Amino acid sequence: MSRRNNITGAVVVGASAFSAIAIIAIIIVILVVIVIGGKDRMTWEFITAFPENGMTEGGIFPAIYGTALMVIIMSVAAVPFGTITALYLTEYTSEKSIFAQTIRFAVRTLATVPSIIFGLFGLGFFIKFVGGEMDSVFLGGQLKWGQPNILWASLTMSLLTLPVVIVSVEEAIRTVPRELLEASLALGATKWQTIRKVVIPGSISGILTGTILAISRGAGEVAPILFTGAAYYLATLPTSLSDQFMNLGYHIYIMSTQSADVDGTMPIQFATTLVLLLLTFLLNFIAILIRARIRRKAIV
Amino acid sequence: MQGGMKETKIVTKDLTLYYGEKMALNFVSIEIPENQVTAFIGPSGCGKSTFLRTLNRMNDLIPSVRIEGKVLIDGLDIYDRKVDVVNLRKKIGMVFQKSNPFAKSVFDNIAYGPRINGIRDKKRLEEIVVTSLQRAAIWDEVKDRMNHSALGLSGGQQQRLCIARSLAVNPEIILMDEPASALDPISTGKIEELIFALKENFTIVIVTHNMQQAARVSDHTAFFYLGELIEYGKTRKIFTTPDHKQTEEYITGRFG
Repeated sequence: MSRRNNITGAVVVGASAFSAIAIIAIIIVILVVIVIGGKDRMTWEFITAFPENGMTEGGIFPAIYGTALMVIIMSVAAVPFGTITALYLTEYTSEKSIFAQTIRFAVRTLATVPSIIFGLFGLGFFIKFVGGEMDSVFLGGQLKWGQPNILWASLTMSLLTLPVVIVSVEEAIRTVPRELLEASLALGATKWQTIRKVVIPGSISGILTGTILAISRGAGEVAPILFTGAAYYLATLPTSLSDQFMNLGYHIYIMSTQSADVDGTMPIQFATTLVLLLLTFLLNFIAILIRARIRRKAIV
Repeated sequence: MQGGMKETKIVTKDLTLYYGEKMALNFVSIEIPENQVTAFIGPSGCGKSTFLRTLNRMNDLIPSVRIEGKVLIDGLDIYDRKVDVVNLRKKIGMVFQKSNPFAKSVFDNIAYGPRINGIRDKKRLEEIVVTSLQRAAIWDEVKDRMNHSALGLSGGQQQRLCIARSLAVNPEIILMDEPASALDPISTGKIEELIFALKENFTIVIVTHNMQQAARVSDHTAFFYLGELIEYGKTRKIFTTPDHKQTEEYITGRFG
């Protein structure tokens, strides 16, 4: 019996160690391949210059700029909206109410919808419906908002990342001790004062975690922006919310499928991928720094 | 009022409370005198904490709770539709079993209540914070760490800080839900001294598991059992010649 247990134990340890090592190995292989493939093109010029000569030369600055801008607009939309939803679910409805369960079901469903569906939804809802209506009401039918742009793409992306924000903020709110809420209410604070001064500060690191996850997800997704705002090539940077934008993920996609010389531009594709990874890491890193800072401030 | 009793501050009439279908308080009627300490004792689950929380409507937070009967404070029915529960709670401080300072500085903890009441003037806030800490007998221990986190204080200090925090909104009544149950004997002694000093200006209602504590700090004691108020009277009488057999059995330690 005990010998059998020993064998079982050894198998379990072996299998879990193998899985862990396999995961590390996969990450290392991915990183090494990308770094080796792209390192020669990774020059200062590459990240600061515009593409040239049919995108076979020059840099990818507009795609970096567009990706960062889209991620920022997306966060500005998704984080407050998600936080308010999470607050509603935790503080304003009883967990068992049909309405709360419906919202939760919707959030879970939203999280499983394929990203291309978000893209189609963005095209139908934001561009055709909202944008189209805006044009006919405010601009007398002149086409401005009823076409793909960075605003619609960012909002579409924010819908995709909303479930992540809601779930992590909700979890964070639940870790705020109920005793603190009671202390605040017993002092004569209103519910809103309590939320503002106790619940939100107490869950700020969860809100930032949600933001980090949303950014990581949003920076890499291509499908939602395919029809809603990403452009193949632009000679100028977007200066208005109604402008289209270039995007790193989309850039990789077109370089590897639509380019006239896919093999010739391979180093550019690798280098672009590397930049996308670095940008995601950088955005994550900044958010983690902010979170650590807030945590430290809360404890000292 | 009977001889020696002060003005009545809190009155409940046939107060009955249900958690869903389950009756947790059974027609509780009591008169709690002003500027005295009234202790609620009884075994776990007897309803004493639930009863305490009806007095500042903290049970409102639990959706399944239903209340019948009346709670009058200064003659006013606090469950009346016209009563603003936020204003009501400003009049009634509460100290909880587990000390619950906010993850803020000592100063910001005490200033929390005054600030939500709209006091912005820095000097005025400082004045309130210092006075409240002094009244809670913790000023000397924290005066050099006003900007440090309240979470760095010891358990006993945190609890006195919470008392100071409730004093800062200038309540008339202070409800204490087993305030010393998680503390060591020395900290407990300090809390008890504090309760004794505070009753001059506040009406204090304290729930306690500790019968010696009830005997030491309170003027009146109410014994609860299975959601009913079994006996209520002067503390000395309850602890020496109770009228009910159950009370006697409980205080002599035969059950509970």
